[in-house]
Amino acid sequence: MIDARGLARTFTTGHGTVEAVRGVDLAVAPGEIVGFLGPNGAGKTTTLRMLTTLLAPTAGTAAVAGCDLRGDPAGVRRRIGYVAQGGGTDPAVPAGEELDLQARLYGVPGRGERIAALCARLNLRGLEARPAGSLSGGQRRRLDIALGLVHRPPLLFLDEPTTGLDPQSRGDLWDHIRALREQDGTAVFLTTHYLDEADALCDRLLIIDGGRIVAEGTPAELKRRVAGDVLTLELADASGAEPARRALSPHPAVREATVTGRGVRLTVEDGEKALMSLIRALDGAGVELASLSLSRPTLDDVFRTVTGRSLRDAA
Amino acid sequence: MQMSFTRTMSDTRLIFLRYLRQTLRSKVAVVFGALQPLLYLVLFGPLLSDLVQVRGFGAGGAWQVFVPGVLIQLALFGAGFAGFGLIADLRSGVVERLRVTPASRTALLLGRVLRDTVVVALQGVLLVGAGLALGLRAPAGGIAVGLLFVVSLAVSVASLSYVLALRTRTEDAFAPLLSAVTLPLMLLSGILLPMSLAPGWLDVVSRFTPFRYVVDAARAAFLGDYATAAVAEGTLVAVVLLVVSVTLGARCFRRENA
Repeated sequence: MIDARGLARTFTTGHGTVEAVRGVDLAVAPGEIVGFLGPNGAGKTTTLRMLTTLLAPTAGTAAVAGCDLRGDPAGVRRRIGYVAQGGGTDPAVPAGEELDLQARLYGVPGRGERIAALCARLNLRGLEARPAGSLSGGQRRRLDIALGLVHRPPLLFLDEPTTGLDPQSRGDLWDHIRALREQDGTAVFLTTHYLDEADALCDRLLIIDGGRIVAEGTPAELKRRVAGDVLTLELADASGAEPARRALSPHPAVREATVTGRGVRLTVEDGEKALMSLIRALDGAGVELASLSLSRPTLDDVFRTVTGRSLRDAA
Repeated sequence: MQMSFTRTMSDTRLIFLRYLRQTLRSKVAVVFGALQPLLYLVLFGPLLSDLVQVRGFGAGGAWQVFVPGVLIQLALFGAGFAGFGLIADLRSGVVERLRVTPASRTALLLGRVLRDTVVVALQGVLLVGAGLALGLRAPAGGIAVGLLFVVSLAVSVASLSYVLALRTRTEDAFAPLLSAVTLPLMLLSGILLPMSLAPGWLDVVSRFTPFRYVVDAARAAFLGDYATAAVAEGTLVAVVLLVVSVTLGARCFRRENA
């Protein structure tokens, strides 16, 4: 669906040139949900705007939905849907009119039925006569998505689709996005700030920082590759902490061990498997354990490992 | 080529209808839009009736001088404000949404301009109608020529207003620039009082502004003097302005990151 090579964009400002995107290679397969993660200013939106024909790349090539981005932008536009972060509706215009105009501009055959089906599917039925500005946040976002889907694009771009929505609307929207792929095989390329969203929704993630893609993989792969599990041991006696660290450090699964007050914090590869042998090693050293907890890494850990910053701080 | 022309026309129609509905939806816009030209006639026109005797006011009755001026003013201000609508659409994301559709870029401009022009033209007809009721006497042909000037100016001014709105992108930057441009243009074009009343230096300065020629041409047309230098100059200026403005607007809308 997307095959981009060396995509770059330089902006010229009063203070010189800014390299917003510095040579991005990315691929999205049909029916795939790909998440594009990165802090503000990392080049996320610039990349998205290039892929959706809103911004001309200064270097690189890309085929989007089977059309060349530079040579046939009109072809790209016919085959993609795009939902901007802030949406794209006039608050005074009734939802039905926006959908009708959109369908006419794309030349959708059987316009009325298509719009009715979309409204039914995205829980917008009965709202057609309401001005977009009178809809709730979740309804408006679903209207924006309906506008992006009117012409049945094989590829949908979503820019921060759930920003500003309440938790229930978010979960609801995730279901709709998953259904798109399952029912129509639509590929979805979405940017997000939310790590739980990327985790819950995406088949594959791309992490962008400083205008370059710095990590790529499935959420599970990324977590395994860059962070490892965190095992926190609390000891019966604080004096056992240092002996415990010395006993566990040589274990092949342990990447890092640090003493924390009356316990030890370990970064462990494949924690569940290593757990038993780690406890045995501790036992052999004569250290008494009070409690232990094993936590899987979050995408935030991944992000921190890759960029040296927390996504939350960076954002 | 044929294909893309047909496409542009049908997209222009769709965009035009969208914005026409937007205008009709706003009751205030409809009522005040109809009222505004009448206010000029009723609240300012009577001041002129005694000025007709003043040397340099020009031939014909006060209404024959005043109505063409207000017609051009309608185009300048009515269409000049068009950019505000585009800025609202930039903010709401409508512009970006439409730009990702295969809609013709030129149509995204022309559809809007057409709506603005229709509104100004209707106001112009209303103004002339009210003028006739108040005592304006002018040949039908002259009135028609005057309205053609209004239409052509409305297209030009709306296009330029959209260019300015795309460049500035916020009301805070757009509004002061708009007044900075339109106010001197209005004063120098002799819209309210003819420039023939002006001292020499002001008359010279006003000859460097385009609307002066169009206003003079519309006044000549209202007097029935069609075969005059004034009408020829006004027509030339209006056509050149039209071509330049629409070309500039279309180029601005076609730019990738506009």
